Amino acid sequence: MSDTVAPEARRAGLRLPAALSASTPVFVLLGVLLIVLAFVDIGFYEPDRLLAFIRRAAPLIILAAGQYFVMVSGGFDLSVGSIVTVGVVVAAELFNIVPDMPWPVAVLILLVAGMVVGLLNGLVSTVLAVPSFITTLGMMLILQGAVFFWTQGAPRGYLSEGYRTLGRGMVPGLPWLPWAVVVLVVIAVAAVLFMRSDTGRTLVATGDNDAAAALSGVRVHRLRVSAFVLSGLAAAMAAVLVGGFTGISAQAGNGMEFEAITAVVLGGVALGGGRGSVVAAMAGALSLQTLFTLLTMLGVSGALESTVQGVIVIAAVALGAVSWSRRRRVPNSTKERR
Amino acid sequence: MTPLSGTTAPPPLSRVAPARSRAGLADPVVLVYLALVAVYLIGWIIVGMRGGDFVTVANTVTILQNSAALGLVAIGQTYAILAGSLDLSVAYLISLVTLITAQVMEAAGIVAGVAAALLLAGLVGLGNGLIVTKLKVNAFIATLGVALILRGYLENTYTGPAGDVPTEFQRLGYDRIGPLPVSVFLVAAVATLTWFVLRRTSLGHHIYAVGGDREVARLSGVRTDRTVIAAHVLCSLCAGLAGVFLASRLGAGAPLAGTDGQYDLVSIAAVVLGGSLLAGGRGGVIGTIGGVLILSVLDNVFDQLGVDPFFKNVVRGVVIIAAVALYARQSVARRRQQDQRRSG
Amino acid sequence: MRARIRSTLTIMSVSTLLVLGACTSEVPADTDLGTETTGADAAGESEFFVQSDYEAQMALREATPEGPDDRPWEQMIDPEMIDTSEYQQDGPHNLCFSNAGLFNSWRAVGWRTMQAEVALHPEIENFTALDGQGQDDKQISDIGSLAAQDCDALIVSPNTTATLTPAVEAACGEVPVIVFDRGVETDCPVTFISPIGGYAYGAAGAEFLRDEVEPGGSVLALRIAPGVDVLEHRWAAAERVFEDSDLEIVGVQFTEDDPATAKNIVSDYIQRTGGLDGVWMDAGATSVAVTEAFEDAGMEIPPIVGEDQQDFLQAWQDKDLTAIAPGYPTFQWRTPVIAALRILNGEEVPREWRLPQPVVTEDNLDSYLQEGMPPQHYALCGCEDLPGFPEEWGG
Repeated sequence: MSDTVAPEARRAGLRLPAALSASTPVFVLLGVLLIVLAFVDIGFYEPDRLLAFIRRAAPLIILAAGQYFVMVSGGFDLSVGSIVTVGVVVAAELFNIVPDMPWPVAVLILLVAGMVVGLLNGLVSTVLAVPSFITTLGMMLILQGAVFFWTQGAPRGYLSEGYRTLGRGMVPGLPWLPWAVVVLVVIAVAAVLFMRSDTGRTLVATGDNDAAAALSGVRVHRLRVSAFVLSGLAAAMAAVLVGGFTGISAQAGNGMEFEAITAVVLGGVALGGGRGSVVAAMAGALSLQTLFTLLTMLGVSGALESTVQGVIVIAAVALGAVSWSRRRRVPNSTKERR
Repeated sequence: MTPLSGTTAPPPLSRVAPARSRAGLADPVVLVYLALVAVYLIGWIIVGMRGGDFVTVANTVTILQNSAALGLVAIGQTYAILAGSLDLSVAYLISLVTLITAQVMEAAGIVAGVAAALLLAGLVGLGNGLIVTKLKVNAFIATLGVALILRGYLENTYTGPAGDVPTEFQRLGYDRIGPLPVSVFLVAAVATLTWFVLRRTSLGHHIYAVGGDREVARLSGVRTDRTVIAAHVLCSLCAGLAGVFLASRLGAGAPLAGTDGQYDLVSIAAVVLGGSLLAGGRGGVIGTIGGVLILSVLDNVFDQLGVDPFFKNVVRGVVIIAAVALYARQSVARRRQQDQRRSG
Repeated sequence: MRARIRSTLTIMSVSTLLVLGACTSEVPADTDLGTETTGADAAGESEFFVQSDYEAQMALREATPEGPDDRPWEQMIDPEMIDTSEYQQDGPHNLCFSNAGLFNSWRAVGWRTMQAEVALHPEIENFTALDGQGQDDKQISDIGSLAAQDCDALIVSPNTTATLTPAVEAACGEVPVIVFDRGVETDCPVTFISPIGGYAYGAAGAEFLRDEVEPGGSVLALRIAPGVDVLEHRWAAAERVFEDSDLEIVGVQFTEDDPATAKNIVSDYIQRTGGLDGVWMDAGATSVAVTEAFEDAGMEIPPIVGEDQQDFLQAWQDKDLTAIAPGYPTFQWRTPVIAALRILNGEEVPREWRLPQPVVTEDNLDSYLQEGMPPQHYALCGCEDLPGFPEEWGG
């Protein structure tokens, strides 16, 4: 736990004071959920179960981090769920074509492919001026259609054992530590460092007010494209973990785009960009996963689960909006405007 | 006031005035219908070369019939999008409306069924609007949340098709007046009404103004919250009509009717394909109808050619992106011209 | 929200995938059963339970089908033959097919099998298929537009039983209709083709666990989703078997057909209860993930119920599982083509064409498992003799 999201520690490191107020609700929410969970399920905090839980949450947290980059710079990425699905199916297809491929090569191919998809999303959204909602919605249709057209409706091939190490295996010598948790920590640290770099801060500034950012010499298009590339990369990494954990599935990423966006919004990131921290976005993903787990534990029927989820999402964002609007400045005049 | 940042961005200088100039609007609409004609002609030629009949009464009826439900939802979505919002809850609302319609009709007759359906839809729209305006939740999240709430209720209450629609009411779904299905007249009526509301009433002008720039609209005296709420109610009412239509077509309420059709995302895509700005403030219902027809004609051409259904999605995705890129190009060019004229 | 879309997909895919024909969800509840609810969310299944159908299916399992043993898709159980001479006409024929959609691999395998069957018959001049893409409304239009074309016979695989009934009824007036997989609420089609059904499927796995797991053993039941009639039938039958056994059902959980969810649920149960002695499942898509949950926990895989999917059969052989795989055979996609040609030749067909529903067991595993097929291939495809096998099926 403490390795992945230590709210206090990270939050203190944030430069943007605004992020503090915007992010508060998600940490309160997460705290409450975790406390309730401790009462509902006594054994939840046993180390191996906690690690298993974090491993389970890892793909969504990684997706949320990627989605954060796009959203904080003022866009949307609806294609990440389909990238996960397509990633799993394509990896199997790769091993079907080249059975002896070393698994790191397959992982690399996937990551590069994810970045290429992100690059396309970014270029279409910026250079062609298509709203990212539409770009990535179109991309979602294209990816899903293309991969099933290619595989004729069902994945072919198996994922090799080696390939599945990251999602399924434990770190050698530390049989209690899942690789997925290590991957998550690395990505989380990298994301935080990135956001504390100049580029990261410029990214937020771009989302806040791209005209002003452009005037001060920021290459807005290039930054936004990089955000999409990072989102594609994160989605491909999530695909590696999901595929590794469970093996072949033709619906691995279904609906994950909405989960990731919800997570980021729960984290206090405004749609339209310009505020919120990546840690809070990842905490949003963890909250969501905790909520799912809690609802299952409480025996809330699968059906009502979504109702509870809907109410909590609206409530959390409404609370965030209230606490934010108190200190709100005059609204900015940009964001993605198409 | 928190603007719906992602979706309602204030326009650049040239578009600040709430009332839109007619000429500026014509462009995307003309493009949409040119594209529609092009798709239709290409479909005709290709299907013809394969020995099929494309331009027949039966096939035209099929295209129109398949456009009806999406057409109604997309008309509704036009209100929400023009007002700078959007509605992701329509798919579950449609499912719920088919069920309520069928159940109430079974118990209390046709009029009561339609009334109950529209009442429910109106309330959901009101809820959406209030959450967006009063709770200041972004429309994307607000309507996604409402979608989840509706879904939970649906899944908890219904396990399969329920209710029964009287045979007379099924005529709405199946009958024809002359060669045209009844549903075409329904869609045409709703579209005409929408055109009238948007173009000829103050509500319509306010919707454009709020979608164009909420802050400017507010400063010029528009009650922005009320306008957004009204747009959401109208949007949900249209979705409700789509649900009523589907109930008549399916003969019963179906818990998956809305989601199977992916009416949430596809209706947004259709509106944008029809030349409306996703950010709001520009576009209109005529373009939306064109967008819906393009999707239907494409679908029909693929069916006639026996194209792999998976490939359809690829083409749909490409068409939507390409079309919007084209509109964006046009509007950038136009803006540049205007700017030049102004400065020159 | 992932669940939102996923459950839509699974419910619609599964419902089409597994459906029992004439027994529909509308059938009124038969409440004299008094089933105990054994876990969370297990309530409400009596709504779907029809005692007479259950008994009929149990009996059909024992019946000997008529027809060639090596061609189960041409076999029929207890057929009541009807005369079709009114439909007789000279070839070549135009066959039409309204498909509910291709939203899962079961349907993908079936569709490929059907196309290959069509290719076997030179007397079929045209084969026009429309894909409903999982939407009732689209399929209603599809059926309407096919009925208006010059089809000699129309094959329908309905997306939803109740809502497609009017469209099928309308088509019956124009052209001989053959319905398969899921049924419709009218007997206007010339024949309705389907395997025995969900009760038989569910009972097979439960009986296997009853026999294989030590008395008092704890069994976890994994279901896809509540409220889907055929899945409810599978569970209702299994529940009856479990009630009469000494097994303890420690949980009934829904997986939404997602392997990650299934694996997580099983891992949780292993951690919380210290182990399971058996796993019953109402469908096999997630069964391999379930076996991995045991492996990852360093435990032996207990007796498990899967399905005739290739990855499970492969794992069964590789890991030497104690397992059983009931199937809802994809070979039923061949039968409608054969039926259509018989009808157009004026030959007799059964009013209800009940196909056998084989179960893969330890004894016959070798005959079903084919090396080199893709993980989501279905072994009961009956497609081995068709042209293009195995390449066309991804092998």
